[in-house]
Amino acid sequence: MEWFLNTDLWKAIYSSLIEGARWKSLMSGLGTTLTITLGAMLLGTVLGILFALMKISKLKPLNWISSLYIDVIRGTPVVVQLLIMYFVVFASVNINKTLIAIIAFGMNSGAYVAEIIRAGILGVDKGQMESGRSLGLTHSQTMVHIIMPQAIKNILPTYANEFIVLVKETAVAGYIAIEDLTKMGDIIRSKTYEALIPLLIVALIYLFITSILSRIFRRLERRMRASDNR
Amino acid sequence: MITVENLHKRFGNNHVLRGINETIKQGEKVVVIGPSGSGKSTFLRCLNLLETPSEGKIYIDGECITDRKININHVRQKMGMVFQHFNLFPHLTVLRNLTLAPTKLKLLPKAEAEQKAIQLLQRVGLGDKIHAYPKQLSGGQQQRVGIARALAMNPEIMLFDEPTSALDPEMVGEVLSVMKQLAAEGMTMVVVTHEMGFAREVASRVLFMDEGNIVEQGSPDDIFTHPQNERTKSFLSKIL
Repeated sequence: MEWFLNTDLWKAIYSSLIEGARWKSLMSGLGTTLTITLGAMLLGTVLGILFALMKISKLKPLNWISSLYIDVIRGTPVVVQLLIMYFVVFASVNINKTLIAIIAFGMNSGAYVAEIIRAGILGVDKGQMESGRSLGLTHSQTMVHIIMPQAIKNILPTYANEFIVLVKETAVAGYIAIEDLTKMGDIIRSKTYEALIPLLIVALIYLFITSILSRIFRRLERRMRASDNR
Repeated sequence: MITVENLHKRFGNNHVLRGINETIKQGEKVVVIGPSGSGKSTFLRCLNLLETPSEGKIYIDGECITDRKININHVRQKMGMVFQHFNLFPHLTVLRNLTLAPTKLKLLPKAEAEQKAIQLLQRVGLGDKIHAYPKQLSGGQQQRVGIARALAMNPEIMLFDEPTSALDPEMVGEVLSVMKQLAAEGMTMVVVTHEMGFAREVASRVLFMDEGNIVEQGSPDDIFTHPQNERTKSFLSKIL
């Protein structure tokens, strides 16, 4: 035991985590990362549903707006969108930075979620809409009671993936000086001149979060598939 | 009951229906036959506006359903449709497949809709399958559920779009016998099918369609035994 306490490895771990209670700042960084992710996912889902419905709507102007939005968002880097949101859109407003990040990442995610939802809806056999309508149900009744419950099964796997991608994407929040998990790791690196350990720990925390998420979603998916074969 | 005037349907440059005029009276069992691509299914699907006619008028009970002002959902409630690929709702039990539309449209309270659904399922011989999901049923059973689902709306007219074409041969009989039973009860039926035996036995009138027109029509005996038109003769000689 004694010899280990004298190794460089232990010294690195000590200065990265224990000294100055640095693990606490990592935890607060993780909190910020999760707040941004959850907030952005929520906003992204709402926007995603909206833009997906606009894109499959029969009204041409709505299709057009939705397509434009999706093309612009998907065609530009999320970091640039974040910077524009911070330095341009909200430049003159005094507003919490985390909230700005939630809006930027949420708007970004919305474009991807819209495509996921649209594909899920279009993946339902078109005979389903026809048989719903042939019974006298309206378009929206058929959508709600027949198409959407089936579309959700198509949507869930890719939606879950988008969630996991988002956790990792928020790592660029440091560009607008938000102290998220990555930024905190980097701060520790610059204070301790220790690069390997802080960054490795940050990476492991991301890996831990994403594996938990993918395990939860896998289980959900399996349950849905089971209900498919009943 | 159904009057069709100068019905045209185009898909882009493809002129599928070329001016159909037809009247179908209450209680008639009209069987539509013809080669594939002749427009029979499109004709049937125009009757409940699953396809929007490009031109022409359709009247149901004197009401012009091609009029833009008409509430098509209301009209469709009177017309049941049975599909080639059944199109049952896979996420719902058989019972719920039958009760969904009547309850969501507030035509019947839930308990009554279920009671009626169970009666219908017993009628098509599936009284023991009410809690099954469509995937657990054979094709023939699924199609019988499809018929029961349409009947759950108390339709005045039943449209059948090749109801047995997707079935294994040994399951065709069970579906046809349900349809025969329905015919015997006096239902007005329009059936697109390749089952000539069924047409001969059940039809009050047979329409032969080719290239978007009704080329010849008459009693099953007229069409099958004494066809007049060359195209009818050639079609029948290929399939009989």
